[in-house]
Amino acid sequence: MQDFAALLDRLILTPSRNAKLRLMAEYFRTTPDPDRGWALAALTGSLDVPAVKPAMLRALVAERIDEVLFAYSYDYVGDLAETIALVWDEGGVISRSSEPVPLSPTLPHKGEEGAPAGVLDVSITESRKPSPLVGEGWVGGTTSTPDASLKTNTPSLSAIVETLLASSRADGPRRVAAFLDALDAEGRWALLKLVTGGLRIGVSARLAKQSLADFGKENVEGLLVNEIEELWHGLKPPYLPLFAWLEGRAEKPISSARAPFRPVMLAQPIEETDLPRIDPEIYAAEWKWDGIRVQAVSDQGVRRLYTRTGEDIGDTFPDMLEALDFDGAIDGELLVGRREGEAIQPGSFSELQQRLNRKTVSGKLIASHPAFIRAYDCLVDGMDDVRALPFRERRMRLEGLVAGSLASRIDLSPLVAYETTDELMEKRSLPPVPVIEGLMLKRWDSVYEPGRPKGPWFKWKRDPYTVDAVLMYAQRGHGKRSSFYSDYTFGVWKTGEGGDELVPVGKAYFGFTDEELVEIDRFVRRNTLNRFGPVREVTHSAATGLVFEVAFEGLNRSTRHKSGVAMRFPRISRLRWDKPPAEADRIETLEGLLGPDAG
Amino acid sequence: MRPSDLLSPVPEGLYCPLGGFHIDPVRPVARALITHGHSDHARPGHGAVMATRETLKIMAERYGPDFAGSETVARFGEVVTIGDVTVRFHPAGHVLGSAQIAVEAKGMRIVASGDYKRRRDPTCAPFEPVKCDVFITEATFGLPVFRHPDDGHEIGKLLASLAAFPERAHLVGAYALGKAQRVIKRLREEGYDRTIYIHGALERLCRLYQEEGIDLGPLEAATVEAGRKSAGNTDFAGAIVVGPPSAFADRWARRFPDPVSCFASGWMSIRQRAKQRGVELPLIISDHCDWAELTQTIAEIAPAEVWVTHGREEALVRWCELAGIRARPLHMVGYEDEAE
Repeated sequence: MQDFAALLDRLILTPSRNAKLRLMAEYFRTTPDPDRGWALAALTGSLDVPAVKPAMLRALVAERIDEVLFAYSYDYVGDLAETIALVWDEGGVISRSSEPVPLSPTLPHKGEEGAPAGVLDVSITESRKPSPLVGEGWVGGTTSTPDASLKTNTPSLSAIVETLLASSRADGPRRVAAFLDALDAEGRWALLKLVTGGLRIGVSARLAKQSLADFGKENVEGLLVNEIEELWHGLKPPYLPLFAWLEGRAEKPISSARAPFRPVMLAQPIEETDLPRIDPEIYAAEWKWDGIRVQAVSDQGVRRLYTRTGEDIGDTFPDMLEALDFDGAIDGELLVGRREGEAIQPGSFSELQQRLNRKTVSGKLIASHPAFIRAYDCLVDGMDDVRALPFRERRMRLEGLVAGSLASRIDLSPLVAYETTDELMEKRSLPPVPVIEGLMLKRWDSVYEPGRPKGPWFKWKRDPYTVDAVLMYAQRGHGKRSSFYSDYTFGVWKTGEGGDELVPVGKAYFGFTDEELVEIDRFVRRNTLNRFGPVREVTHSAATGLVFEVAFEGLNRSTRHKSGVAMRFPRISRLRWDKPPAEADRIETLEGLLGPDAG
Repeated sequence: MRPSDLLSPVPEGLYCPLGGFHIDPVRPVARALITHGHSDHARPGHGAVMATRETLKIMAERYGPDFAGSETVARFGEVVTIGDVTVRFHPAGHVLGSAQIAVEAKGMRIVASGDYKRRRDPTCAPFEPVKCDVFITEATFGLPVFRHPDDGHEIGKLLASLAAFPERAHLVGAYALGKAQRVIKRLREEGYDRTIYIHGALERLCRLYQEEGIDLGPLEAATVEAGRKSAGNTDFAGAIVVGPPSAFADRWARRFPDPVSCFASGWMSIRQRAKQRGVELPLIISDHCDWAELTQTIAEIAPAEVWVTHGREEALVRWCELAGIRARPLHMVGYEDEAE
C-alpha cells in the first residue's frame, strides 16, 4: 500500500504529463501482481467499493477524536479524506477518554511501530484467498508472484481492495478502521481516496493506459496505447493476463467481451501545401460537426457508446443506447437536436453540453435535449470487421446500416459535392448550419487506421474567431514556467455604472512563443497593481495595458462568468503592443457571435 | 505570587517586571533575552541582549556587529540572577543555539520554550524537559492533523526522486537558518556526498554552521557558471540546489531547466498547501513539534498551567482542557513570520 500511496502523492503534485507517465510506468515496472492491477483499476476509475461510503467514515472518526478538535482540523485542511487520514491516531493519544502517554526519550515514528497483531492476521489471510475476480473472462493461465504484504507489517493494496470488495455494508466500516490503524498517514489518505471513489489526482484513464503502453513497449515491440484500448473492455482487475503479456511472459490476451471499443482514426489538420492534392476523384468531403465523436457498437444484444478515447458513456445517453438497433460498429458525431418531420435538426454545442458529464440523466432532459448520431463511418457491419476495406466501400456499408435502423436516431452525415478546391473553400466559409466547424476530407481508398496517419484524412476547420482583449490578471505557471507569469485572464469593455469597464471573458496560457512569454512576464512584473497569492492584477486602464488578440473556437452562454459568455479553446494568437487598451473589443462584439438558439 | 507577576504578555513580547527584561521582544527594548536566531524572535536594536553564544553569533551575522548595545553570553544550565529573579537557559532542539528560558522567583518557575522540537537534529543540542509551574509553548503545528514523519523517510523521498529524474535539478526550498543546514546535514548522513549548490542567501549561515563544527560537506554557490560545469551536460542536471523558498518563484530560478520544486517544511503534510505553492515534491521536515510531541511534552513536564504563544492556540488549549490541565492562549502577535 505504501508504494501506491507514494505514487498517488507524487502524481497529485506533478504538473508535467511526461513526468506523470514516467512515474506510473515505473510503478508498473516495480510493483508485483496483483497490487499493480488494483492500482491500474483505481487510476482508470474501474474500481468501485460499494461497502464504504463517506458518511460512514465521518462516523468512524467521531468514535476516535474529540469533535471540536476534528472540526478545527477539518476547517484547516478542507478535505475530508485528507483530514481523516491525518488525524487518525491508532494510539488514541487524542481521544477524549485516554490519558496522555509518557514521553519516551526518542520518539518512534508511527509507521515503524507496526500494526496491532489482530489487524495483521486479518489482512494476510484475506490477501491469500484467491480473488473471485482474477482470470474471469479469460482463456489461458495466469501467473502470480508471492504476496508482498507477507514481508512487511502494512497490508498490501490487494489485501485491502480484495477484503473490502468482499465486505458487506455492515462489516465494511470495521475493516476500514482496522486498515486505517495499520497504515501511516499517506497510506490512510490513499485508502480513503480509493474507497470514496474518484481519485481526482489529475490522471485520466487514457493517461494511465498510455503509461501502461510505455511500460509494455520494452517487451512488446511497437506497442501502442490503442492496442490496450481495444482490449480494455474485456479486461477485469487485477489484469493478470494483461501484465503477463506486457512483460513478454504470455501471449496477447484474447478479448471475449462483446461490443469492444476499437481505437479511432483521427485526421491531420490540412496545410497550405496539402491543398493541391485535394481532388474530388481522390478525396470525399463531409461537414465537420461540432459535437462529440462517438463509436456506437451493437454486438449480439450488447450495446455500448464510447468516446474517442474509449470511455463508455452509455449511462449518460440511455436514449441513444436504446436506439442502437443495428448490428455492427459505427463512427459518428453525437449531437442533440430536434425532429423536424423526417429530418433531425441539430442543436448547438451548448445544448449538447447540458447532457455531458452526468452520471444519471432525467427523463425531462432526455425529452428536451434528445441525442442522435450523425454517422460517417462503419467499422463493423454485422459480423464483418470492415476496417481494412476502403472508405468508399465502408460508406456503402454505413448507408445500409443507417437505412436499416428504425429508431430514427441515426442519420448519415451527407457528402459535400465539389469540383474545385475554391468551391470547397467557399462552402467551408458558408456552412448551412452553425453547428458545423469546417470540412473533413477523406481519401476514397483509405482504410480505417487507428491513430493520426498523415495523408488519408484531413480536417479543414473554419478560421477561428478572434477578439482583441486586455490583460487583467496574470498567474504564475507550473513546472518549467513556475518563475513566469504565464496564465492570463483577459477582458473586453462593457458599459458599467461608472462608465466603461473591463469584464473578464476568458483565460489562456498558450499560443505565444517563449520569447513572447519573457516579454509578457516583464510587462506583468512592471505593471503590477495588486498581488493575490500567485496571482497579480495588472494595470488595465484605457491608456495603459497589454492587448492580446485572442483566438477561440466558439462561444457559449455562461451563468458562471460575470460577462455571461464562455470561450471554447481560447489561446493568445498575437500580442498587440501597438494597440491602446481603449481600442480593444467590446462585449457586444462577442454577444453578436452567440446565436439566438445558443441558450 | 501569581504567575502573571513573574511573566506577562505585553505588546513588545513576554515581560518580566521583577527582572526588567523581555523575552523575544518584537520591538526594541532595553533588556532582551533571546531564545533563538530566527528573525521573528531575534530582532536588532535592543539595548542589552542575553542569548547563547551561537544565537549571538547568528544575530551578528544577520544584523552586523552592532545589532545590540551590549551582549551577554548565556551558558546552558548556568543560573544567572537578573534583578529579583534568576534565569537559566536550556537547549530547545529547534536550531543551532536555540534555548528555552526558565525564569524563577520565590519558588515559582516559568519556562518560556521559544520554538522547540523533540526529534533528533544533528545540527543542534536536543530539547531538555524542565519541570515548571507554567510551561509556555508555541503551537505552530498545534492541530491533530500534524504528525511529522521520520526525516529519514523524507530525505529518502528526495534521493529516490533524484534517481528517478536524474536530468532535472532538484530545488529544495528550506529556510535559511536551521532547516537548510539540517537538510544538508541529513543528506550527508544518508551518504549523499556530491556537491550541494546553495542560494546566496544561505552562504553566510552555512559557513557559520561549518565554523561551529557541523560538517556540511562540499557546498558551492548556485551560480550560472557553477551550473555549466555541474555533473550533467545540462545545467545543474541531477543536482540538489538548496535555497529560500521565496527564491524559487523568483527569476533566479530560471537558470535551472525543468526543475523539480521541493519544499522542506512541516506545512507540507497538507497537500493543498503544497499544491498551492506549486511544490512537486513536498518534504515534511519540521523544526517544530508535531501534535503528538506537543501534547506528550506537556504531559511529560506536567506543569500546573500551560500558556500558548502562537500558532493553532485554540486546539492545543482544547486538548489541555480535555486532559484536565489549565491552559490559556496568549494571543501574541508578530511570531511565525519565519516559523517554517
